[in-house]
Amino acid sequence: MAQNNRLSQGGRVNRGAEISFRFNGKWLTGYEGDTLASALLANGISLVGRSFKYHRPRGIMTAGSEEPNALIQLGEGARTEPNIRATQVELFDGLVAESQNCWPSVRFDVGAINSVVSKYLPAGFYYKTFMWPASLWMTYEHAIRKAAGLGKAPVENDPDLYAQHHQHCDVLIAGGGPAGLAAALSAGKSGARVILADEQNEFGGWLLTDDSAINGADPMNWVAETLEALAAMDNVTQLPRTTITGYFDHNFITACERVTDHLGPQVDSDVPRQRFWKIRAKQVVLAQGSIERPLVFADNDRPGVMLASALRTYLRRYGVLPAREITVSTNNDTAYQTALDAHAAGAIVTIVDLRPDPKSSLVTTAEEAGITIYKGSGIAGIHGSKSIHGVEIAKLSEDGKSLTETPLVLSSGLVAMSSGWNPTVHLFSQSRGKLKYREDLASFVPDHTPQNARSAGACNGSYALADCLEEGFAAGADAATAAGFEAGDTLATPSITEHPAGEMRLLWTVPTTHPLGQGKRKHFIDHQNDVTAADVHLAAREGYLSVEHLKRYTTTGMGTDQGKTSNINALAIMSEIRAADIPAVGTTTFRPPYTPVGLGTIAGQGVKDLFEPERGTPMHSWHVEAGAVFEDVGDWKRARYYPVTPEETMDQAVRRECLQARETVGIMDASTLGKIDIQGKDATRLLNMVYTNAWDSLKPGRARYGLMLNEHGMVFDDGVTTCLGENHYHMTTTTGGAARVLNWLEEWLQTEWPEWEVYCTSVTEQWAVATLSGPKARDVLEAVAPTLALDPQTFPFMAMQEGKVAGIDARVFRISFTGDLSYEINVPARHGLAMWEALTEAGKAFDMVPYGTETMHVLRAEKGFIIVGQDTDGTVTPLDLGMNWIVSKKKPDFLGKRSFTRSHTAMPGRKQLVGLLPENENVVLPEGSHLVAKALPKPPMDTVGHITSSYYSPNLGRSFAMGLVKDGLNRMGESFEVPLMSGAVERVTITEPVFFDKEGERSRG
Amino acid sequence: MVDLAIKTISPLIDRPPYLGSKVQISERPFIAKLTLRGNPDDVAFLKAVEGVLGHALPVAPNTTVLSKTMDIAWVGPDEWMIYAEADSQSTLVADLRKALEGQHSAVVDVSDYYTLIRVTGAKARATMAKGCPLDLDPVSFGPGDCAGTLYIKSTIRLIQRDDAPSYDIQVRWSHADYLWQNLVVAAKEWG
Repeated sequence: MAQNNRLSQGGRVNRGAEISFRFNGKWLTGYEGDTLASALLANGISLVGRSFKYHRPRGIMTAGSEEPNALIQLGEGARTEPNIRATQVELFDGLVAESQNCWPSVRFDVGAINSVVSKYLPAGFYYKTFMWPASLWMTYEHAIRKAAGLGKAPVENDPDLYAQHHQHCDVLIAGGGPAGLAAALSAGKSGARVILADEQNEFGGWLLTDDSAINGADPMNWVAETLEALAAMDNVTQLPRTTITGYFDHNFITACERVTDHLGPQVDSDVPRQRFWKIRAKQVVLAQGSIERPLVFADNDRPGVMLASALRTYLRRYGVLPAREITVSTNNDTAYQTALDAHAAGAIVTIVDLRPDPKSSLVTTAEEAGITIYKGSGIAGIHGSKSIHGVEIAKLSEDGKSLTETPLVLSSGLVAMSSGWNPTVHLFSQSRGKLKYREDLASFVPDHTPQNARSAGACNGSYALADCLEEGFAAGADAATAAGFEAGDTLATPSITEHPAGEMRLLWTVPTTHPLGQGKRKHFIDHQNDVTAADVHLAAREGYLSVEHLKRYTTTGMGTDQGKTSNINALAIMSEIRAADIPAVGTTTFRPPYTPVGLGTIAGQGVKDLFEPERGTPMHSWHVEAGAVFEDVGDWKRARYYPVTPEETMDQAVRRECLQARETVGIMDASTLGKIDIQGKDATRLLNMVYTNAWDSLKPGRARYGLMLNEHGMVFDDGVTTCLGENHYHMTTTTGGAARVLNWLEEWLQTEWPEWEVYCTSVTEQWAVATLSGPKARDVLEAVAPTLALDPQTFPFMAMQEGKVAGIDARVFRISFTGDLSYEINVPARHGLAMWEALTEAGKAFDMVPYGTETMHVLRAEKGFIIVGQDTDGTVTPLDLGMNWIVSKKKPDFLGKRSFTRSHTAMPGRKQLVGLLPENENVVLPEGSHLVAKALPKPPMDTVGHITSSYYSPNLGRSFAMGLVKDGLNRMGESFEVPLMSGAVERVTITEPVFFDKEGERSRG
Repeated sequence: MVDLAIKTISPLIDRPPYLGSKVQISERPFIAKLTLRGNPDDVAFLKAVEGVLGHALPVAPNTTVLSKTMDIAWVGPDEWMIYAEADSQSTLVADLRKALEGQHSAVVDVSDYYTLIRVTGAKARATMAKGCPLDLDPVSFGPGDCAGTLYIKSTIRLIQRDDAPSYDIQVRWSHADYLWQNLVVAAKEWG
């Protein structure tokens, strides 16, 4: 299909490079340099999508990132992306795009019924209608989400690669238009590290459209010269296609660089599709330009109504004249340049100016060109719904509130509108900058920000090109100086030829033939969210006067465009209703991101296997080969159980492992336990303070179990600490508590006892640890460590010796977490696998079984050994655990001791750890179940406690549990009911929490 | 003594070096690594250590002493990492402890706790920038500088060796493979 609306010359597209693309199933062509929007317009396509709520036909309203209407579904399959602004998509060969929010097609959309019944769908409709019954909201929501909405999220995994990039710089410049380029030039020559970022594919900003002469020549000549000068500076990084998305504390700035989007899908590429920049800038120059305001007139959402600046961009930058008959409606002079350009391109142009008596050089030029100007007039309505074929215009009353004549109908295919300009203050606002209102511009402009930032050019309210350049040069120099560089002489602003800005006539709502809100015509404010001027009036009538309420009630300013074209219009109309000035009405806060950022981009390469670190021990490969099923313990992957056949369930495997470990011997990988080397003459003093028991008498080669409390007297870690020599200890912690405990020791040493001579060093992964446990443990160890003295007299329970195990230098600890004869063999990690393989080989003769963490849990629970964090929850004291024996009565002090005297901690009847035997010996009660005196049909019920650990013990031949029960230690033998989620009720009886080998003979044997 | 018959592994033993055109990544396994603690204001401590190591301890924050046979990195105001030739850790620990006897100090063998990964090549800095939040630009981080930092979610100790640039990254055994994979994915952008 021919590009009928393409001009034969002009613009920055390459007519020699034709590009094929598909829109709504139809193949079309455009040129290199086009956006999807410009290519669609070149092909005469003005209907692009359907609106969010009313499913009104919508077209292309802007030529940039502020686009509220032309949101399309880009790409197919796994690469499809919803809500992409057609105005920002660079055309590539084979591009596929679809309209969204319409069915079956954009031309015939069933959802458009919403438009017909729109009278019954006012602002706040959902709040009012679907409020009750509340239980049905889930049903309503489902239907509403289907009917209203944007594009479709992909259902397959994103196949593309993304990357993050951390960068520091002295001066970050947001925006590569005239002000940004000028700033880059002056900051760059100071030697400062400068980053210049712009969301477009080319630098130049408005100069890509405008023809104001710089030094008497095409302004793009100046842009090219400037870019060349910047490219010669090694200290300047140019980032085109990069949107600064967020401005956070301490000049931390995020940016999304679209690395390959303009090339189309890259299959199996190692180059990231997008790069997420995390930039720490010493100084920031904001030079993001400005966004034109739409006029609020009847039917201002019809496809073919666009911003005057957008039409000018399509004309001059892309060489596209979207219609032959064009109506330009404006309240200011800038749109006259659009009119003149369209006229020069051969269009029949009519200007409808709200101002009764506009006077400026541009007006004169337009008049001289023979363009018809209707002064003091506005658009009262549009003819056509999927495209425009006529425009109703009429003279306005002096106050602008009504028409003074019956509208005249002009034949027209496009309306270009302008209501002035708004500085793009989004990033400034995100930096917690405060805005001030400028009456002359009818806009908010930057006032002050607590961050190291300054604004230059149009985003600062300075629209004249000469001002943009001057402010840019100054801002760049200022930023470089503030960053500690010599900026040198200020660069001279080149000579500029441009039209002076004229006066504006502020008319926030252009009247039509009916009062606002009556009749079929709608005055749209927020095109993306389908919010009209009448909705603002409705909100005000219903008492939603604050801008924050207005925003949430009408949804104006929400959505993917975040109200870039709508905010000021909504505020201004509210201010009229309230008869307050605009600054008194206030403005809502702009929040990141400036334009939407894909989650994949933020995630970077941290997806799939690299989503989280998976920590493995030196023996991990053995566990994998043995078919272990792993569980996550913190970041660690620990072997949970080892099924011997694919069919063996966890229950079956754990029962087998439990029986065999008690009967012969088991082996477990305990490498993940936290380990801390403690050295220094105050080492014992430190242990005495951080543990509840006494450590003075511990001899070298002997080990002791300890409980650590926080300041509140609550248990927060436990472990065995061994004396390696004089003033030298090896402390172990829980797997999850390793970092926490070291931090705890360091905190006390650094803040309270800095004069103590003791150093703590983490050695967690220096050592690979295998635990042998069971009656045959000694036999296995003997087989591989013939030189160790293992007889119980020389090597008793809670002792440690160093020696060779399988030829490897090892530390062997005779300690036990299972209650059986047990050795923990520590070797340097590089030999962990060798040790493990030697032990498993030797174990064959003794019918040894590898067991995982699940079996370890059962075995320790049979002995009533606690797991900190499972049987305790930060509210449990040693006394609550029935472990009075571990709390020294003699020590003058230890951390947490004082808190034992607090009334609540000393109170009788606290929740205490007890054993629980279910009446039904085959039922394993869910951990977390509550105990009650009498189960009721449904909650609430008065709970007396809850279950913390619950297992089936093949050694006991029954289920058993532990739990925290109020006054539990005084309630031995009492029974309680346990109501389950299923509705069933079980009974349990309280016992001592030691179920197996109560005398402790086995571990000492 | 090292028993050659004993199977010895490093965390990245199964990862052959990544040899891209712009970035090369390889493990430096089995380097001896010691944590040394002590008071740098104590001349006796400094002298005793220098006597054993043959190098003065770097006392300026985030600096190193780099040599062919030994590197020493500042870790904190009273903490250093010593990197030395493979299998020298036992001797070094014994020698240092002996020289520091009676002084407030600690010498701990952490040779197997960590491994070292070397990243070198024209795009090594850009590879590092994908996961390390520090400013690694030559104006603020150059040869001989070191820092404790992150690469994505791994805690690392980073040393820049030369201006190729080459980096040595110290990482926990259990994080080594995660870090390795991240570095390789990052480096592949440049082939």
